[in-house]
Amino acid sequence: MMDKAAKKLPSETSNGNGATNAMLPSDTVPSQPGAVEPMMPAGVNACWSCRGPVMAGDLFCSTCEAVQPPRPLDHFARLDLEPGFEIPSEELDRHYFDLQRKLHPDRFATKTSRERAISIALTADINTAYETLQDPVKRAITLLEMQGMTIHADGCNTMSDPVLLMEAMEQREALAEAKSLDAVEGIATVAGGEKANCLAELADAFGKNDLSTADRLTTRLKYLIKFEDELRTARARHSQAP
Amino acid sequence: MLVIPKPPEILTETFPETVMTTLLQIHEPGETPALHEGEHDLAVGIDLGTTNSAVAISHDGRPEILPGEDGSFLVPSVAAYSEDTKALPLVGELARRALLEEPESVVSSIKRLMGRKAEDIKSLAGTLPFEPAVGQDGDEEGGMVRLKVRGRTLTPVEISADILRALKMRAETTLDHAVDRAVVTVPAYFDDAARTATRDAARLAGLEVLRLVNEPTAAALAYGLDKNAEGVFAVYDLGGGTFDVSLLRMEKGIFQVLATGGDAALGGDDFDHAIAEYFLAQRTEGNSSHALTRTEVKTALMSARLAKECLSSAQDGEWVIDTDGATTHHRLDRETYESLIVSFVERTTDICRHVIEDAGLAPEDVSGVVLVGGSTRVPLVRARVAELFGREPLADIDPDAVVALGAAIQAEALTIGSDSLLLDVTPLSLGIETMGKITEKVISRNTPIPVSKTQEFTTYQDGQTAMIIHVVQGEREMVSQNRSLARFELHGIPPMTAGAARVLVTFIIDADGLLTVSAREQTTGLEQHVEVKPSYGIREEDMARMLRESMEHAKSDMSERLLAEAQVDGERMLVALGAAFSADGDLCAEAERDHINRVVTHLRDAIAGADRDTIYARIAELDKVSCAFAERRMDRGIRKALEGKQVSELTEDDLSSGAGAGEDKKGDDIATAR
Repeated sequence: MMDKAAKKLPSETSNGNGATNAMLPSDTVPSQPGAVEPMMPAGVNACWSCRGPVMAGDLFCSTCEAVQPPRPLDHFARLDLEPGFEIPSEELDRHYFDLQRKLHPDRFATKTSRERAISIALTADINTAYETLQDPVKRAITLLEMQGMTIHADGCNTMSDPVLLMEAMEQREALAEAKSLDAVEGIATVAGGEKANCLAELADAFGKNDLSTADRLTTRLKYLIKFEDELRTARARHSQAP
Repeated sequence: MLVIPKPPEILTETFPETVMTTLLQIHEPGETPALHEGEHDLAVGIDLGTTNSAVAISHDGRPEILPGEDGSFLVPSVAAYSEDTKALPLVGELARRALLEEPESVVSSIKRLMGRKAEDIKSLAGTLPFEPAVGQDGDEEGGMVRLKVRGRTLTPVEISADILRALKMRAETTLDHAVDRAVVTVPAYFDDAARTATRDAARLAGLEVLRLVNEPTAAALAYGLDKNAEGVFAVYDLGGGTFDVSLLRMEKGIFQVLATGGDAALGGDDFDHAIAEYFLAQRTEGNSSHALTRTEVKTALMSARLAKECLSSAQDGEWVIDTDGATTHHRLDRETYESLIVSFVERTTDICRHVIEDAGLAPEDVSGVVLVGGSTRVPLVRARVAELFGREPLADIDPDAVVALGAAIQAEALTIGSDSLLLDVTPLSLGIETMGKITEKVISRNTPIPVSKTQEFTTYQDGQTAMIIHVVQGEREMVSQNRSLARFELHGIPPMTAGAARVLVTFIIDADGLLTVSAREQTTGLEQHVEVKPSYGIREEDMARMLRESMEHAKSDMSERLLAEAQVDGERMLVALGAAFSADGDLCAEAERDHINRVVTHLRDAIAGADRDTIYARIAELDKVSCAFAERRMDRGIRKALEGKQVSELTEDDLSSGAGAGEDKKGDDIATAR
């Protein structure tokens, strides 16, 4: 999601001002700066309100209770979680809800414009982190990127693995040939099992810090999730047929 | 001329004691009652509907509709304008009754036009109960829709403001003191233009919008709190002119919207039109040359509405259209009626299916379906919803009142505080136009808000020095099929080869669902920053003029708000300084402290006064005189932090300490943007 390849397209005429009527997406900036965090002087900031010291990680000033602006953090740290592939969804929700309860703009409706603005910035970052970590593919990509891996334009590395490519082609073919809803359900059951396996293997690979395997499995997971969409379409097609 | 509200003695019985005490205070007509401490916190919830509106207030989590003097809960969203262009229109039931006698001076269903541009309403032609004025001034490309009513040209914003003003007056009459803050609900599926238009209408009516809340979300809040509901709930909201469906997870006071969808131009009005068309076809049968008059159409629509309401309980009936010298009789049974509206109902259930899928759920995962909006009284609607979700829908809170009740709860939560929290999403994807008129999505629908996303774009021509940034909203791939929200130019890009420039475009959607877009070019380190709020065809100067003209607020509206803002800023400063003294008072010698205290007293006086410039001058002064104290506090803080570390662990950054050097500027950027 975060990356967008520059598409080189034939140019269009520009008007007299040099203004053009369209733009090209180019390489994207991750909306979250990476894992590297600039070192504060002894981890102490000045509170914008009382101008006294605030420990760098604190959401609120311990002296005057003013909410503090967001810092560059990775998505895990943003939600106060240890980086890892396996995060139970209840735990993710709990951390997310706890932070929202404290920081949501609804809690600052009668506060100063500065506090309201900080709240929007903080919760926007929290929402992005939550959305990213909820999705296993994005979560895996985040972990790989945090370890310095380069992830390509379409969100993960291309399907260069011939075994993976073969598997994908066979699955698609089987789905195209499925004659009934039962046949589609059969394929769906197999694909569901594959996905569960893939998730387990991915957790295992990240556990062993085997990044190249994790990278390959992430690509596979991405494909399997995309295949679920195709299954949905096929299912709708077959259930409409008399 | 203002109508002076009468003290509403008859209503006292329906109110809890806390309200009664204020109700019993009697003021001279026209005299604004002085506010007691904390009373300025009072805020109401308003459901501004297509057909009906309502206003409610909540105390201690118990919301109540504020009724009119006649005891009615709903205010028909209808405004009747008189010859006197200076007079406020008649709003509500009386205006609705005038609809038949004086159709040319009455406006209804104006919500359907909120945020619409003149060119948009071509697609609505024939479905509106009024004639838009075409070719008026300001109807240039992208201009706002305007209506000609009794010699005046009105925008939907002004008409909605008139309805909101009537609701504000109803609240003030019942509560017997000024109400100037509100939570206003909007259909979840409203786009940015319609949301902005709604907020502007409230401003014109002299109401500060604390929050725009999505109607199904407000309903879920009222329902969930009342019934202690937990689990995944669907809110099916079919009003007069809009349809929304939202899936929410309710858990321990958190109301998390998982997905939402709808159609901002689908509702009970469409049922009326279908029936009216059926009646009119019968009326003109065998006489194809019969040209329908406006009165015939309006009368048919009235009969159609009666028929619709009647057929919610009866199996059949007969309606008479007696106008323009012809009387025709029209029989309609339930089965025929349902065949006329079934396609609309199926559109709603199709949208429900998509929303369930968007949330990654199946209908059986939904533990309850809440019905909202008057149109959910239609039996076919209930049957189809029950069929889709495999369970009987819940309608044990009045579907006409539940949205206003939820808005009131949220108004209380925002001003007084609350244990519950709404987490909402953006209903429509946002993107910008790229080469080939393709929409490049920056934020996808159902993303939790607030949200901020940045994407980088580049030039595609050598030497290109400017870029047009065209912001669109919608799900389609082609720009032309989506709604255009804003278009702005970024100039001053240094000439370089194609693809070398780095232009960062940031979209921020705030908690009201409103968008701000900014762009900055940063290749050369020389940042050029452009920022826009999308508009819906209303120009800033028009808005300013309308605000000036809205008579009762001409003097106060803006300046009062700015003063309140300054007072909040001043209070924050006092709180912060007080806390600093409690924590590090020993760092401040007595003489210095006395000096600071004198300025504190000055600031306190200024806050109690009415001049915002004085408040900011005192804040600046206090900032200056307490500066040295703040520096000593920072030094102590850094020293304490360093004591916890070994000298060998210290980095250069630690040693070249500069207080506050690492402070993130992100919050600042937004602050200046607002």
